[in-house]
Amino acid sequence: MPHPKLPSRYDCIVIGAGHNGLICAVTLARSGRSVLVLEAAARVGGAAPTCEFAPGFRVSAGAHLLHLMPAELLRELKLESHGLEWAAQRMGTTALLAGAAPLTLSHGAADQQGLSTADAAAYAGYTARMHRFAAALAPIFSKIPPRLGTTAWSDRLALLRMGWQIRRLGRRDMREILRIGAMNVYDLLEENFDSAALKGALAFDAVLGANFGPRSPGTVLTLLYRLAAESAAGDSGLSQPKGGMGALCNALAKAAGAAGAGIRTQAPVARILVEADRACGVVLESGERIMARNVISNADPKTTFLKLLGPLHLDTGFVRRVHHMRSRGLAAKLHIALNRAPSFLAVSEAALRGRLLLAPSLEHIEHAYNHAKYGEFSAAPVMEITVPSINDPTLAPAGQHVLSAIVQYAPYALKDGWEKGRQRFLDTALDTLERFAPGLRGCIVAAQVLTPADMEQEFRLSGGHWHQGDLAFDQILMVRPVPGAAQYRTPVAGLFLCGAGCHPGGGVMGVAGRNAAHQVIKSGWSS
Amino acid sequence: MTENVASHFEQPLLRTPFHQRARALSQVDSFIPWAGYTTVDVFTTVEQEYFAIRNATTLFDLTPMIKYRVVGRDALAYLNRLVTRDVAKLQPDRVAYCIWCNDEGHLIDDGTIFRLGDSEYRICTAERQIDWLLDSGLGFDVQISEVTEQIAALAVQGPTSCAVLKAAGLTGVERLKPFEIGCFTLDRYTMTVSRTGFTGDLGYELWMEPAQAVEIWDALMAAGRSRGIRAIGSQALNIARIEAGFLSPQVDFVSAEHTIRTGRDRSPLELGLKWAVDFNKGHFTGRRALLAERQRGVQRQLVGLDIAGNKPAHNALLYTDGSAKREIGSVSSAIWSPTCKRNIALAMVDAPHFRIGSTVWAEIYLSRELVWERRMSRARVVERPFFAPQRRRATPPADF
Repeated sequence: MPHPKLPSRYDCIVIGAGHNGLICAVTLARSGRSVLVLEAAARVGGAAPTCEFAPGFRVSAGAHLLHLMPAELLRELKLESHGLEWAAQRMGTTALLAGAAPLTLSHGAADQQGLSTADAAAYAGYTARMHRFAAALAPIFSKIPPRLGTTAWSDRLALLRMGWQIRRLGRRDMREILRIGAMNVYDLLEENFDSAALKGALAFDAVLGANFGPRSPGTVLTLLYRLAAESAAGDSGLSQPKGGMGALCNALAKAAGAAGAGIRTQAPVARILVEADRACGVVLESGERIMARNVISNADPKTTFLKLLGPLHLDTGFVRRVHHMRSRGLAAKLHIALNRAPSFLAVSEAALRGRLLLAPSLEHIEHAYNHAKYGEFSAAPVMEITVPSINDPTLAPAGQHVLSAIVQYAPYALKDGWEKGRQRFLDTALDTLERFAPGLRGCIVAAQVLTPADMEQEFRLSGGHWHQGDLAFDQILMVRPVPGAAQYRTPVAGLFLCGAGCHPGGGVMGVAGRNAAHQVIKSGWSS
Repeated sequence: MTENVASHFEQPLLRTPFHQRARALSQVDSFIPWAGYTTVDVFTTVEQEYFAIRNATTLFDLTPMIKYRVVGRDALAYLNRLVTRDVAKLQPDRVAYCIWCNDEGHLIDDGTIFRLGDSEYRICTAERQIDWLLDSGLGFDVQISEVTEQIAALAVQGPTSCAVLKAAGLTGVERLKPFEIGCFTLDRYTMTVSRTGFTGDLGYELWMEPAQAVEIWDALMAAGRSRGIRAIGSQALNIARIEAGFLSPQVDFVSAEHTIRTGRDRSPLELGLKWAVDFNKGHFTGRRALLAERQRGVQRQLVGLDIAGNKPAHNALLYTDGSAKREIGSVSSAIWSPTCKRNIALAMVDAPHFRIGSTVWAEIYLSRELVWERRMSRARVVERPFFAPQRRRATPPADF
């Protein structure tokens, strides 16, 4: 809703109707500000839409599971009253193994025929410990991260609070978290378990969507990071919205509309306008100018700063940092339309309702990653597989199914180019699946691969990176995305970031969107 | 230059095209490294060379100055975002003294920007900094390349310098205004001449092909014989530049890209270069930090000092009074000025003592045949430059 006195001037323009952009818009609109969301695509949903990839077959085209959005944020947004329904919650995890019974993982218990009692016991201790650590880190996620190098009490207090969260774990746990915090997940799991299958499955979550193999430094941190976010998300576990992930953003869009925010799709922003060193609006690719007191960008930091704003308004050192931010995606999406339900060897029907992991050992994942370092993909990829149509028949024609898999590693800049590599990559993935689900190839109606390069195009995401930039020691918390823009504010007054490129990151969490809105309310300029 | 590269391990320092001439004229064999080249510190005596700057004509080999070529559609936008002055005001064939800062508004370096064409510029500076210049070019349609070795340079400075150049055959050189650039021929050689320099006196800088450098040197030496021409080294030039109030990098400030300790960077406002910062031209790197600093007010400033006595206050600490209890700054450059007959210095002084007319006390140490004496000398904060003769600006310059 435009401002009554200045019809073409809003309090806030949000660039991009991804989940963070929409959550930001809802929060701002509910605080009484006039908000307009501008989306380049024909649909809302950013990198988490539901797309029809073959006639009658729909799938979550980006992330396909919801598990990181805090329960309190979901409650705060009241999405259920805006049409969000769950097709499944608390979904289980099953690791596929060649020639062996699959391994099922749940909170506190690992179950597999042949798993040693020592490993089973170690697993219970390990998960309890990791969840204690995660719970200690979780509160850090919900807050605007403190600034470094200031003398402000609010920043000092926030840093102290972070320290206190760790300290109050007690002497033993604190010593342990400090010991493992900078380790790699390979070494950590080797310390704890014997079973190759168990180690592979546990390591997978540390490298999912990341530019890491299990032996990469900092992978315990990425794992703790994920667990901490899950801890903040509450006990709903892995969830699948009815209608795919796109349904989440559709509900968010309804909530935004109900709160008074306007949403325009097919309105790509060409440039952010700056006047007197302050963001004052945007120019659309159509040439239309829309003015606003604050501009909040859900676009990734590189797109926001280097393309939409332009280095002319920024300092060299800052541009250098944004330019160097690591944001090359390594995860591809595979979508398959099937004329019947797939059946995986030794996998029960109940297990098929959850997620399947194909990461049989630490070495297997590391080998798959090795290729990616040199711009290639491995002949033996790792995967996270879901068959969402089992929980949600609306996604496919009656009796038919869709399979959605995240396939790693698919380097953004494939040495031979994706033009040449795409078919080979698809064949590799299908052959791999065929080994665990014999006969799968025979019932394929259609198949689609989204490489990071495709995601860059499709979702307007620099490097096609899900998190808008690697989550790593030097790109988290108060240095995410880069120093100088880490509190959702940017060097240009009136311009804010609200995407996954900000703390606490991506994975359909939504916290960045809400935190950014609070920062705008705190420090933005409103009527 | 190939010869230089081939002999790299035997002769780590490069030689400028004027090296053989410098070798021949050097009476005291005093060479120093400068930006990777071997250059002359003193040819004969510092005094003789200094007085040639102020009374005759001097040749100073400027080749090691770092030179960058900047071309492209966005060259102007690029430079305006890089430096603190408004480069849009720089006309073709003109030169401007410029400074550039990092994000924190701390000085990286100073130098001169030559506008050689509509969208062709040259940056001349003391320090190599291609990484900063290239990174500043991210997002701009601009090409930046170092051309230091491709251009030989010679400073021709002193009251008779115009007359010497005319005598050498540079017809019309007297019409060049300060900071103007012209193209001239000397015999069959062409060169670019700018009316610029580091002496604060009448003078020119000649930019030429390295292959023609020696012939041009010889022609100038021949033309200047009756006007007291003399080759000079860095030491004499240093006296002249302090009299002119010019800053020397690594002496009066350390580049923000080189400092390690916090608080050792300097902002243009602290260095008394506020006049070279244009807050109204649009954004440039460091602008937001400098605006905030301007609002806060600077806590220290580089000033000129006129010190009692005749002993140069090299590296002297400064105090509020003769009891030397409260330290308020230090001297970065100091000389006895032979022309002004004053004991002058450039110093960084804390607020509020940097105001013109303030009195501070310099702690000067003197070695009297290995017996050290400490002397507290009263000093007054004075305007810079210390020496600014009319002839540096007069166009045409007086003939000799």
